[in-house]
Amino acid sequence: MEQIFFVLLSVLILGAALMVVTTRNLLHSALWLIAAFFGIAGIFILLHAEFLAVVQVLIYIGAISILIIFAIMLTRRIMDPQQPRFNSQWGLAGGFAALLFVGLAAVVTRVAWPVATGAPPTDAIQQLGADFVGVYAVPFEVASVLLVTAMIGAIIIARERE
Amino acid sequence: MVPLTWYLILAAALFCIGLFGVLARKNAVAVLMGVELMLNAVNINLLAFWRYTALGQLVGQAFAVFVITVAAAEVAVGVALFIAIYRQRDTVNVEELDDMKG
Repeated sequence: MEQIFFVLLSVLILGAALMVVTTRNLLHSALWLIAAFFGIAGIFILLHAEFLAVVQVLIYIGAISILIIFAIMLTRRIMDPQQPRFNSQWGLAGGFAALLFVGLAAVVTRVAWPVATGAPPTDAIQQLGADFVGVYAVPFEVASVLLVTAMIGAIIIARERE
Repeated sequence: MVPLTWYLILAAALFCIGLFGVLARKNAVAVLMGVELMLNAVNINLLAFWRYTALGQLVGQAFAVFVITVAAAEVAVGVALFIAIYRQRDTVNVEELDDMKG
């Protein structure tokens, strides 16, 4: 049963991802990106990372996709579907990406990964929350500083200058 | 249960598709979308390894949360850059933005 869901989600994710990188119309690209994000949220649920699945929907679909659609709207002329979508080195790039995939797949299937058995913790979300103010308190604060810096930086960069 | 290898292959395929988008697309916003796909592939890997090898601790989940945070910051700055560049140059075609080429 789980395998069927995994295969369906994989087909959705990879198909949507291929559409993202090949569609001419950028707005359609962004919509396919949202479909891929939904599939990835499903994969997170299969992995028993429910909190991450919710975060994925909130941050990636709710915020990042909307920002990208904003960028497409604000740079309207580039949406012209007549323009070429790939640069001149796209053949080389495709070959390199395919080669990298073959290499990664060969490594991944050959290594005997240690697999732990057992059920995932039922209180994972409480534990994660406690960890963020305990073990990971410093990285957590650094992340908040990063977010503030990025926010201020984005405002300053995009500000209209006289 | 789905074997760990399946997740790793899925993540590898997603990463390579994103890489192709980054290397081959002309539009800067499309390049950013490729980067997002690559970051998501990394998150799948982190969570798959957490689920299959380190269930006791939540290192994988915490790391994935930080990756998502950094991705959000990156998109905010990236979009601001594109808007600034578009205002000044009237284009976000990465091939035309070669001022720093030696």
